[in-house]
Amino acid sequence: MIENADQIFVLLKHWLIGFLPTGLQGVAGVLLSVVGIIAVFPTLFALAVWMERKGLARMQNRRGPNRVGPFGLLQPIADAVKSLTKEDIVPLRADAVVHFMAPVVLTVVVFMGVAVLPMGRNMTLAPMDAGLLFFFAMGASTELAVFMAGWSSRNKYSLLGAMRGVAQMISYEVPLLMSSVAVVMITGSLSLDKIVAAQNQYTWGLPHWYIFTPWGLAAFLMYAIAATAETNRSPFDLPEGESELVAGYFTEYSGFKWALFFLGEYVGMLSISGLGTTLFLGGWSAPLASLGWVPSWFWFFSKVLMSIVVFIWIRGTLPRLRQDQLMNFAWKFVLPFTLLDLLVAALWRFMNDSWARWMVCSMILLLAYALMGGVGMSREHFGLRKYRYAE
Amino acid sequence: MPEQKLECRGKDALPMSIVFYIIAAFTVAGGLAAILLKNTVHCALALTVAFAGQALMFLALDAQFAGFAQILVYVGAVAILVVFAILLTRGSETPKDGVYSKNSFVGLVIAAGVFAVLGWAVLGSEKVLPNEKATPTVTVLEIGNALMGRYVLPLEIAALLLTAALIGAVIVAMHEKEGAK
Repeated sequence: MIENADQIFVLLKHWLIGFLPTGLQGVAGVLLSVVGIIAVFPTLFALAVWMERKGLARMQNRRGPNRVGPFGLLQPIADAVKSLTKEDIVPLRADAVVHFMAPVVLTVVVFMGVAVLPMGRNMTLAPMDAGLLFFFAMGASTELAVFMAGWSSRNKYSLLGAMRGVAQMISYEVPLLMSSVAVVMITGSLSLDKIVAAQNQYTWGLPHWYIFTPWGLAAFLMYAIAATAETNRSPFDLPEGESELVAGYFTEYSGFKWALFFLGEYVGMLSISGLGTTLFLGGWSAPLASLGWVPSWFWFFSKVLMSIVVFIWIRGTLPRLRQDQLMNFAWKFVLPFTLLDLLVAALWRFMNDSWARWMVCSMILLLAYALMGGVGMSREHFGLRKYRYAE
Repeated sequence: MPEQKLECRGKDALPMSIVFYIIAAFTVAGGLAAILLKNTVHCALALTVAFAGQALMFLALDAQFAGFAQILVYVGAVAILVVFAILLTRGSETPKDGVYSKNSFVGLVIAAGVFAVLGWAVLGSEKVLPNEKATPTVTVLEIGNALMGRYVLPLEIAALLLTAALIGAVIVAMHEKEGAK
């Protein structure tokens, strides 16, 4: 019974494709999994939007949506009906083809990245040998969609937003990749299923998640920072800073296309949380050995939703960064620290499993953090601001 | 370690030739659009289509690593670099005297020469590597081992070259700041 609950979606799929002739079963199985992903992630998107609106409202001493359904839970449906029935306005001078293609490319690419995530035991749509590489290849392609949207709108706010967005995504993609490389070094595989399998072990009932090692914790923090910037979330939401750029690269989008951008942004957030969960938080494995009876997919999705809650919490807490702060932070702190973490991970791999390994690795990382933080802070001149270009 | 393949690939997969022709048409169309379109940004985007087509070709040949690296590097980085270069220099507006080069004949000769050399190398590879008849199954693990073992020196030289280029780019960019002060 317990095993059935764990494998319920896999069994359901096999039962459904059992009705078809054998020749079609392979194709039908893949199609069914794709339909599952396309159904589940927009639902999670609706839930995340509701959580965000409610959570932010609480932090800002408001009530948030509370008219449609109990606790405003059906608000996303009303929003969906609104954006689907709105008039689709394309600016007269806009580049119609590219303007149309941009949201399509973004949505397609974001959903393709989801395909490699192991969402539960035996629940990976495409268990590839190079799954991690595939995910990052898809993630890199979203930059092009952002550029296409901003450039084709023929609007200076859109173009500025797109340029900011692309520059930011390129800068933070490097630490995002580098922090994942530490995990690949320790596991010895780019396959996400093997990375989860390596973490799905327990000592004294406690899991072997990578976040519970010095290098893993450091890599996870850097990954979280880079992931926040990569998804254009606050405090790194300069590409769509309302006070400066109206809405950034999707200023000139309305109706269904705007909804697609919104969907792309949130599914991107869900998928990057899913990858972080897989790499550092043990994927679908239970947090305690004694909780192993709970279905694996439950753990995966609850970890992803917890990450979304943290995203929302940070958005409600931190102010937006300035462009130069953003770039300095990426290149002068996050990237060097990730590189150091790679070295520490290599050290961890080749030292014996003893308390000395923990001490040495933690000390290196803590010292480096204190040193880099101290130097960085002493360079900041707190006082009157001087503007170089505004003379 | 055996290569893990997609579940959909197997007996019911389409024959190679049909897949090849579809991808080839896609890639060639992207490449032609890249040289024939008038707007420079459109050209860059069409070039990206050609890059993506090449990546699909690698994937159709079961070369996962090459395919994903192609997308990551070319679609993700090179295309963005091209687009930035276009926007930061001349702008994407079409110049009045047309976009086509006057000496297209020279370009045609160079292109034909490059194509001939590549074709000669590909056709001659059978004699040089007679034992490569069977389809190789190269896993990402093997590529990593080869890069870190047998080919570590070329890798290091490439890394050194790239670092030098990076420092050079930074120095070129820094020059303006020194002049301003």
